[in-house]
Formats: sequence, structure tokens, C-alpha cells
Amino acid sequence: MSSYPWAAGYIDDGDRPKIVTSRFQHDDGFTLDRYHATGGYQGLRAALGRTPAEVHEEVKKATVLGRGGAGFPAGTKWGLMPAGKFPRYLVVNGDESEPGTYKDRLLMERDPHQLIEGCLIAAYAAGLSQVFLYIRGEMPLAHERVATALNEAYAAGYIGKHILGSKFSVDIVLHWGAGAYVVGEETALIESLEGKRGEPRLKPPFFPAAIGLYGQPTIVNNVETLSNLPWIAVNGAAAFTAIGTETSPGTRMVAVSGHVNRPGVYEIINGTTTFRDLLYGEEFCQGIRNGNELKAFVPGGGSAPWFTPEQLDLPFEGRQVGAAGSMLGSGAIMVMDHTTDIPKAALTLTHFYAAESCGQCTPCREGGTWLERVLQRVVDGRGSRADLDQLLEIGESICPGSFPHASSTTLGLAATPFPYKMTTICFVGPSAYAPVHSALTLFREEFEAKIVERKHIPVTVGAPEHE
Amino acid sequence: MSDTAETTEEVVVDPNAVNITINGVPHVARKGQLVIDAAADAGEYIPRFCYHERMTPVGKCRMCLVECDSGRGPAVTVSCMVPVAPDMKVDTESPTTKRMQEGILELLLANHPLDCPVCDKGGECPLQDQAFSHGPGESRYVEEKRHYEKPIAISDLVFLDRERCILCDRCTRFADEVAGDALIHFNSRGNNTHITTFPDEPFASYFSGNTVQICPVGALTAKPYRFKARPWDLAQQESTCTTCSVGCRTVVQTSRDELLRVMGVDSDPVNHGWLCDRGRFDFESVKSEHRVQQPLVRVGADLQPATWNSAIAAAAALITEALAAGGAGSVAVLGGARGTNEDAFAWARLGHEVIGTPNVYAQMGDGLPAGLLALPRATIDQMASAATVVLLGPDLKEELPVLYLRLRAAAEKGRTRVIEFAPRHTGLTSYAWKHIGYEPGTQVQAMKSALADEAVAAQLAAGPVVVVAGRANLAESSAATVAAVREVLAAVPGATVLPAFRRGNVVGALQVGMRPRPGGLDTRGTLQAAAAGKIECLVLVGADPLSDFPDTDLARRGLAGATRIIAVDTFVTESAARANVVLAASAYAEKSGTHTNLEGRVTSLAAAVTPAGNCRADWMIAADLALELGTDLGYGSVADVTSDIAAKVAGHAGVTPDAVAGDGVLAEVNPQLDPMNQVEVQVGERNAYEYRLVVSRVLYDQAVGTAMSPSLAHLTRASAVHLHPLDIERVGTTDGARVKVSSTRTSVVFGVVADPSVLRGTAWVPFNQPGPEVGELIDCFAAVNDVRIETI
Amino acid sequence: MSRLNEANTLLAKEIIGRYPKARSATIPLLHLSQQQNGHITNDAIAHIAELVGATSAEVLGTCTFYEMFKMEPVGKYLVNICGTMSCQLLGADELMHHAEHSLGVKAGGTTADGMFTLEHAECQAACTEAPNMQVNYRHCHRMTTEKFDQLIDDLRAGRLDGDIPQHGTLARVRQVIPAEKAAGVALPDVPVEPAWMADGGKS
Repeated sequence: MSSYPWAAGYIDDGDRPKIVTSRFQHDDGFTLDRYHATGGYQGLRAALGRTPAEVHEEVKKATVLGRGGAGFPAGTKWGLMPAGKFPRYLVVNGDESEPGTYKDRLLMERDPHQLIEGCLIAAYAAGLSQVFLYIRGEMPLAHERVATALNEAYAAGYIGKHILGSKFSVDIVLHWGAGAYVVGEETALIESLEGKRGEPRLKPPFFPAAIGLYGQPTIVNNVETLSNLPWIAVNGAAAFTAIGTETSPGTRMVAVSGHVNRPGVYEIINGTTTFRDLLYGEEFCQGIRNGNELKAFVPGGGSAPWFTPEQLDLPFEGRQVGAAGSMLGSGAIMVMDHTTDIPKAALTLTHFYAAESCGQCTPCREGGTWLERVLQRVVDGRGSRADLDQLLEIGESICPGSFPHASSTTLGLAATPFPYKMTTICFVGPSAYAPVHSALTLFREEFEAKIVERKHIPVTVGAPEHE
Repeated sequence: MSDTAETTEEVVVDPNAVNITINGVPHVARKGQLVIDAAADAGEYIPRFCYHERMTPVGKCRMCLVECDSGRGPAVTVSCMVPVAPDMKVDTESPTTKRMQEGILELLLANHPLDCPVCDKGGECPLQDQAFSHGPGESRYVEEKRHYEKPIAISDLVFLDRERCILCDRCTRFADEVAGDALIHFNSRGNNTHITTFPDEPFASYFSGNTVQICPVGALTAKPYRFKARPWDLAQQESTCTTCSVGCRTVVQTSRDELLRVMGVDSDPVNHGWLCDRGRFDFESVKSEHRVQQPLVRVGADLQPATWNSAIAAAAALITEALAAGGAGSVAVLGGARGTNEDAFAWARLGHEVIGTPNVYAQMGDGLPAGLLALPRATIDQMASAATVVLLGPDLKEELPVLYLRLRAAAEKGRTRVIEFAPRHTGLTSYAWKHIGYEPGTQVQAMKSALADEAVAAQLAAGPVVVVAGRANLAESSAATVAAVREVLAAVPGATVLPAFRRGNVVGALQVGMRPRPGGLDTRGTLQAAAAGKIECLVLVGADPLSDFPDTDLARRGLAGATRIIAVDTFVTESAARANVVLAASAYAEKSGTHTNLEGRVTSLAAAVTPAGNCRADWMIAADLALELGTDLGYGSVADVTSDIAAKVAGHAGVTPDAVAGDGVLAEVNPQLDPMNQVEVQVGERNAYEYRLVVSRVLYDQAVGTAMSPSLAHLTRASAVHLHPLDIERVGTTDGARVKVSSTRTSVVFGVVADPSVLRGTAWVPFNQPGPEVGELIDCFAAVNDVRIETI
Repeated sequence: MSRLNEANTLLAKEIIGRYPKARSATIPLLHLSQQQNGHITNDAIAHIAELVGATSAEVLGTCTFYEMFKMEPVGKYLVNICGTMSCQLLGADELMHHAEHSLGVKAGGTTADGMFTLEHAECQAACTEAPNMQVNYRHCHRMTTEKFDQLIDDLRAGRLDGDIPQHGTLARVRQVIPAEKAAGVALPDVPVEPAWMADGGKS
């Protein structure tokens, strides 16, 4: 398959253990031949040699935190399905669209068999009768690579009836989206897979593990999460937990973009790598472009509250980042140097979430657009001081009470930790507010600088006289 | 017993009780109850827009957010989605709750046009009311609001103003979940989300008016009511819809003595708040300028206005002459199903006691024998909770629409399995567990072979069975259906029957006495006798045989042969136009009384407006006529008649004015009704070149109630012969072409419609639609009617 | 006439057969229809509604939720310029400005020759390669105004025909599930425990 004239290559050449990106060094990492040559489908064979319960237990021990954003351990998630209720489904969330994030696309484009093998191990361990692999619509290359790999895997007997001669039989159905960010939310993904509008369902009562696809128990796992399973099946949970930290074992793919010298997707050791390592380290981004000053960065996808240089020494680890007032989310860092127009950057993200609101619940549908309009006015130099307070007021209608933010010694602010309260059904509404809140809290003077004080214009009562 | 022994009080723990506190006050809620409902029980109203008790909660509007503490601190909780939990602390007044409510209301109002002064909903608008009670009191939204073309007609009856819409999902959920007509849907996304229909596919649901009623803003308005009144000018009274025999509860709203609107009332045993559009809007006919406003007496070729005194005298004279000419048996009274129980009872007494004729009947040859009412009766609720419903009747969606909603819901929710026997696909077919299509006349064989099926037998043994029985085909005698009902009742001991009789108060009329005494004639017999010149006086009490009796030729000959005709009616119908005297009757909502629905539930009817012109209630006319004939029925008011029914009609002792209020009272089955007689069913084989005729009603027909309601009149469809597409090929014609349809009676030319819902070998024609009359083809003495179909 | 043609109707039925409920095939069938016609027509929606057993209004509701489905004809090439965070930080505005000028249409417009429709897009999952854009959803990384002009030239000249199919064709490889290998759909109302779990999971 040919690529396009200016498609960039993958540049993580760091000398670190690679669990999910081990085949990225090969240009043909997506083929079955290369997969076989590099230990492919050995995890599946290993799993089939054990009982489903044993495989499930191994995954549980490995504590593979969900890589989609919520960070819930996969093995535990599987265990939440009501006993004895069948059929159960696996829905693979390949609808990656969080601003700043792209790792699942690479995993699907460059190592689709690893994902397929992960799906099979999950289906075997958790007793899932059918798998639906949902790929974001705007990723035709991923779609083509996965389709080719699925066709190869069917032909080779890895998928379908009596896999590798065992009692294990499962189909993997490739499904593709059509452009809607919110579908990345697991219940919206299920609605979309049912042929409906991708509107998130309410939790409770619609926890997919209990009431999911077609009302049946359903596991929704992220592409990266599942891509870890073949390695765990071959090497064991102990080898997995030996990497990273106790609370965040294994590795993690992180995309660092924006104003850095070497933006890229890196597979890092989970829990120990600091933001400073990532932004300035030699094997990672090698500093801010043009030797500029770092102004702020978004640590976990567009939904995350912002950090400033004060938080650089925090490790890329969920609990510590949460306590510091933000979240790791989908593993995406966006870096802003000192030349960045902060209100405009906030507007860009707020616009994204307002445009991507599904529209079913009031605060997100009405509040997101309202935030965007007021912010646009301020950015355009038509705003007033009251508009700045208004932004926070609208935000409070979306997220009542205090909203998480980072600490700032210069401003004398202590951090407000995660999570927040919300009046919305899902996190899209709060995500529209997060950049506004961060930017206004940490950089209010930049907004004020855009306010043009207007002269008081006297109101004429009655018709003005003609000259 | 020892004195020192402590009395051990047994603490009875209700397994369904859940102890919670609401705003600090202890409250016992029910297990599984939603927080919003538990709070309402405790007297705390939580504001809401999308939540509706009769539909699945969706939690979209976010108005009902409150703080609940289930042991882990106060959490933002969607009270319409979350059930109560033990020891839950609900706070509907916390600062966070109040801030959320104000915030949501401000956001809901952000794009709302605030055109309340010109909005029909103003004054009865949940958004207006809750903005007042729970809102912030001001809006800081200064941006441009959303704009849409306003309003757009989404059907013939309903307009949608998308600017006012708050996207609560009530109408769309109703359309999908309750009506099963998902013809309106959300469109686009985010801030551009709006409700639409598919282009050229309007929201043509029989239930569309309900969406107007449940819309929490003025986004949906009904054409018949738009800009007609302000809510605070309306007077209203509870009543019962008499359009069909389901007996949906309503409120009738009037202003300055004019009927303006009918709304559904949530009656748990009957309609759950829903109405069909015919029942909701056919009040327009009451206001029709074509109503007959005073009595008419024939002078030569013309019917001329007369005083009540002279008209009653003329009518009495006709009866006296008839009695003299042919005796009591030469007088017949047809009708009574249109009015109240009081009307029917007074007319039954007039017929049976004063005139002395046994020939009294409320059915028009389109139902099943009255004896069906003597079988063990099921209620609507029992039908909707039965394990199995055996449906051997008409298309409920067309004839008894709200009964269709109840049965559809039961089938959809998996409570009830429907085994449908029908000569064609009906509105319920897609929800049926089994659809058994039969060619008219073969019901018994179809039933027998179904009963022999193991799966069916197992299903029938799985729990309560209710048989819904009615007339599916006007072009065959009722014998085969009756025999099939007998088969299933014999096979399933304990099965009960819900009679799917259609006409408004036909069950009430039959139960209080509008039925033949021994030796008396039914309607067919009466018309036959009249055609033979044996009826000296035919009294039509709200009956129009020319339009309603399936065998048009017999009806015509009967009316031509009747020596004298008295019509009591609201319009000069085709039949009434042939009368010697027309007595002007008051219509629905012009008279009070009681109504009996198909399950036997007696409810009240309200007189909401004064009768048109000099019209009088049927019972009054009967009393006047009786007096003129020398008998005082003893009625000075409608209450006198109600009391008389309670005193004289078996099973009605409990039907008191108090008991009929609200949801009403079930009148016990009248033991005087004879169970159905065994009828021999003999149906010949169909000639392979012919088609067996199926004729049935659809919701909108040419009955005066719809024809005289401007909003509904144009909703009829053309009279046409519907054939299975393969039979169309076989005939050698095409969809839309014209064919000659011939029966033993005559030939009629119809347009052809390709219709896969029609069974092969049969031909379906909707009854009483504009165009050629299918009744001309029907011989009501034949067990079935077969027709030849030829191209022309 | 823009219902699915005969071949695509057969394909549609095969796709429907992979799902426990037909309605799940709605989005794949809308893509199939867009591949056939370049955009989605009302006739196509009515046809898909028939195939999946939904009302046309429901399929329209689904269709209009997703921005990849175009209810109006678009150019042979849909040019989507990403304007989200990282791309915006690295010159997306300038790229869009240049594109508007160079193509002679505003964002949302189609060139007179029907070749290009220009759109502002949200995050395309290539943030480290900003500024980024897609042509018929094929990524073009680290764009400059010069690269943009070259790309448009190449597209006009047909030099990229092998790389970028016309609008509507999403993926050029389809999944094929051979009937003899298929494990089969798992119907939600058939509560069967998977065979490999049944005996305590001894495989």
C-alpha cells in the first residue's frame, strides 16, 4: 500500500522496552509474515493452552490500565460482567479523536495483527461471543490495514470457527465510524454500533459491562489496551508489572505535539517518566522549538486542565497528575511556547468540544456554544470584563462547584485536584470548559489585555436630529 | 401467660420499602422507585422537562438534577434515572441543587425565543412555569439565538416550531416507543440538533396529537387549536371519549360555550393519557354548521323545521299508525350505540315497554353477536398483562387505536405474546409472536391447527390467556369467528374474552337493553323485513344503515321498504334524509351521562357546552315520545335515568354517580345476556379464479364524526381494491390501474393497489371511503363473499 | 435513482448478515452508498431504511449526526484542513487562508470545476505532524503553502489517482468473512454460553 508524498515516519528510537511498538521499526510490521517472524500469535497459542479463567487472572494481575482515558484496569473491567449472562460482546474502541492523541491509529496501521491477537485473547478469557472492531471513519489507511490483516487471519485460522483447532470460535467484525468525536465515549460507541446517533448513554444504569451492546454485557476496550495482551500472554503478568510502577505498570504510548523540537509518539515506561523528560529529554522531544520558553502544556489530551512549567517534574502517572489538578486521559501532551496566544489556544479547544457536542443534554449543547461565542468575542477584541466572569458562570452551570486546576506559586494558587462535578451526561461539556477555566485561571492578564475599554456612549432619547 | 413476659411485637418488614430522607425528612419509598417519583410522593416537586411517567426516562434535559448522598458524600444525581437506595439522602434544596437548576434553566432559555405572548402554550407552559419557580430570574445571554423557519407542518395536524423546541426527546420518544411510528427524529448534531421528519414522509401517525399534549414548550401545536384561545380563558371538565369503545378518559376544554380542545387524561386502567387523533379532534363535528339544529318534519318532498311539540306529535302519530297497521312487531328501533347509557336505556324502554316491540338492536351488522358479552370478560389491564393474547378480530390500530397502544406496549416489553389470527397483516402483526393468516371462513381450521401446534399449546399453558374477539371482515358472516372463539375457549379453560366491539357505546347500549327480546329481529332481520314491506315504522336512533350496514343493497331496500321512518340524529345523514320525522339530537359534550367501554367500565360524560340550536338529548326525546304515546318514563333529569339503570339493570347496582367519577367502575356482566348460540359454519370452497373479499374499516372514514371535522375529513383514503402484488400479476393488471370487481350482487370498478399485507387469494377493500361503495358487492346472508376481478 | 445498485445491494446484505441486528449496518451502508454516489441522497436513505428495518427518519437522524456523510454533492476531492490545537499552534490558520486563496473558495465551498471541496476539520490524529490535512481522509503531514500547491497540482493532473480514490471511497480493502470459516453472529436473545467456557473452560 502506498503512502502519500509527505507522510512522516515514526521516530521513537529510544532504547527502552517496547511492548506495543516493537514492530514499528519494520516498514512491513503490518503483514502477517512479519508478524509471524516476530513472535506473532504466540500469545494466542499460549492463552489457548490455559483455561479462560487462568488467562483472565493473568490479565488482572498485570493491571493493564485502560489506555482510552479513564484508566480503569482491563482485567477488573472484564470481571464486572454479570455471571452467566450471555452472549457477551467485545467492542474495540478505535475511534481515537481526542485532540493531541494518536497512538491507536499507529497501532492499527503498523501492527494490526497485534490488535487482532489482543482481541482474541480478551474474547477467549472473558467469554465474549463476538467482537466488533470500531475504527474511526477518517482513518482509511488503518481500515485497509486492519481489513487486510483480518482477511489474512481468517485464512490462517486465527479467527472464526474452531480457532487453531480448539473449541474457541469467534468472529471479529470490522466496523467503521463516520466522523463524530463523542463516539469515542464507550456508551456512545455502542449506540453508534447499533446504527444510531452516537449519543452517550447514562451511567447508571447503562454500564456496558452489565447493559451494553443490544442490552447485553459488553466490554469496551481501547486499541492500545488490547495491544498489550499478546505480550502479557507470552511473557506473563510478572514481566509486565516489572516495568513501570506498582500503580501504573507496563509502558504507555504518549504523543507529544506542539512547540517542541522533536514531536512524536513515544512508548514510555509507565509512571516514572516526567514531563520534563518528555519535553526536554534527548530521547524524546529535545526541548522547545527555537530555544523558546515553555508557557503551558496540556498533559492529557484536549480535555485536560493545563499545566505550566511548575508541573514539569511530575511523572506521567495518573494519581499524581490528578492530585495536581489535571488528568492523563488518552496520553497526549500539547506544548505551548511563550509566543502562544493563550485565549486563542483556549478558543481552539473550546470550539472543538462545542462543535463535537452530541446535543442531547442541555448544558453541553447550549453551554458549549455559549462559551465559544463569548470567548470568540474576547479573542476578537470585542469583549468586556463582564464577559470573563460570564465565562466562569457558564462553566459553573456545566460543572457546579470548584473545577480542577494546577497550582501556581506566582499567582499564589494551590492546586484543585480531580475530579469535577458535572451537570452533563458525559465529559464533552466539561471538556469545553476545561481550557477556558485553565487559561482564565492561570493567564487572566492575557484575556484582560484583549479587552478594549469602551467610552460611555450617551443614549439619545427620541429620534436624533438630522444635521 | 406470664405477666412479666414482654409482648413481642412482630415487626413486619415490607420487602418493597426503602427508607430514605428527602431534605432531611424520613420517607419510605418503594423499591426500584425513581428518586424524582419518591420525592413527588413526599411532596417535593423536582422540576423536569424530558421525564414523563409513561415513557422510558432518558435524563437529557438535566433539569431534575439534585444532590443525593448514598454514603459517599453528596453527588450530582439525575433523579429521573436513578432509583432510590437504602439510606439515601436526597437534597432538592441544597445550594448546589439550586445552582444547577438555575443554570440549566438559563441554558434552556438561552435559545428559546421568549415569544410567550403569542405562543399557544403561554399560561400552561412547563418551561414558563419552571422558569418562574426554579429559574434565575434573569438571562445573561446576549448572543444571537438559533433561527429556523417557523413553524413547519410535520403532518396534516401538527406544526413544529424548532426555535421553541428544547430537544427534550418527549415527542420523538413517544413516536418511537409508544406509537411505534418513528417518523420524527433528531437531526444534525450539537447546537444544530433539531427535530425533523424525512422529506415527503410526514408524521402521519394516528397518535400525533399526543406529542402536542406532552410537549413541555410551545414547539408542537395542533392545527385545530392554534391561536384559538388562551389557557386561562378555558373551562374544562373531565369526560370520556366516545369515538370508539375503548373509552379513553379526557378533559373537554371550552371557552365561551365553544368546544376548543380535547386532552387525554392519564387513566391507569384505560388510556395512560393517550388519545388517537380521531378521538382528539373529531369534536369539530359537534360545532359543524351542518348539524341539524331543530326537529324536521316531512312536508311533501321536503323536511321542514318544526317545533318540538309538533315533531314529537308527528313521530308519535307515525308509531301509533304503525302499531295500528302491523302491530308492535312491525316497529323496529335500530341504534343507540352513539349516545350515553341513559340514552340507550330510555330508548330501550320506549321500544320494549311503551311500543312493545322485541325488535330493538344497537349493532349495525358489523360486530359479533351480543352474546359475546356474556362470556367471562377480561379487562384491558388483564389483556396487557396476560401471558398470551389470542387476537381474533379487527385491526386494532384502525378500529380501537388506544387498545392497540396498550397491546403493542405489552408485546414490545415482552410481557405478552400475541397470537394473531387475521385475514391480512395488521398494525400489530410485526409485534405478534405468531401471525396466522387465514382466508375468510377458515378461522376454525386455522385455530384448530394452531391449537395442535406444540409451541402454541405450550404458550397457551404458560399463563393467563385473553381472547380479543371482534369482526375482522364485514364481507363474511360472524359465524366462523364465533366458532373459532369457541374453539379456543374450549381448549383453554379459564381464558377470558375482551370484546373488540368498535362503536362508541355499543357495549353500554347492549348491556342496558338495546337488544332484541325473544323473537325479535336483529338489524339484518329488520332490514330484510323492511325490504319485504313488513316494517311499518323504522326508528333510527343515531343509526345510518346506508353508510354503516355492510350490505348496501339490503340497507337501501330496507329503507325504501319501511313504511315510516323516524330518525333521531345530529346530522341529516343519508338515511335520515329518508325519514318522515327527524328529531334533532344533542351531540358529544352537549349532554352528560355515563358510558360503558368494551371491558364494561362505566365512566362519566360531561356536558361541556349547551346543545346546538334546539337539540335535545336522546333520552329526553325518548321520554317526550313515551309521554306522547301515553307512558311517563318518570325521568326529569339524566340522574333519574342513571338511578333507574342502577335499579333495574342487572350488574349495574354499583354504578352510582360517585362510582363513575374518575376511572369509573366495572359493571358486572349482565347475566341476562344469552351466551352465543352454536352456529353451523358452512363455507364453500373458493373458486380458484375468484378472490375472497375482505372489507374492514380504517381509522378515518366517511362517518359524520370525521367527515364533519374539517381537520380530519381529508384524511380518508380512496376506496380501492388491494391485492397482493403477485395476484396483481395474476389478474394481469398493474398498481394504480382500474379493474372490474364482480360479486353475486353486482360489479364495481375500483382502482388497484399493490399491497403485500393482503393474503394471496383475497382482495381487501377499506370500508366507507370516498369512491365506489364496496358495500354494493356484499351479500350479508352469504357466509363469505367471493369476487371476480377483471381488467378493463 | 440513487438507491444501492444490484451489486452493492448484495454486498449490503452480506454486511447486514455480520451483525446480530440489521440496524447496526446503518453506518457501513451509508458509506457504501456514499462510495456509489459520492454523497448521500434521500432515495439512498429510504433504501437503507428498508434494508436495516428502520424508518427513513431514523436513518436520516443517524446520517446527519456524522460529519463524513454529505447530503449535498461535494468535489472529487474533499480537502480537510485540521484546525485543532497542535495544528493551530503550528500554522493551520495560515494554511487555510492560503488554501482559500489558492482554490478560490471559502471553507465549505466547492471549486467551480467540481474538483475540490475545502473544509475546516477537527483533530485528525496526526498532531505531531502538524499542520496536517487530509484529502479524502488520506493524511498529508507537515504542510506548507508550497506543499499545498504542489499537492493540488498533482491531484489536478491525476498524478495521485493511484493513492487517493475519489470522494466516497473510504477503504479500498474490504473485510471478507468466508462463510465456511465464520463463527457466526451472537444473537442477543439467544443466551448461549460460549462453547469454550461451558465445561469450566477446559479447552
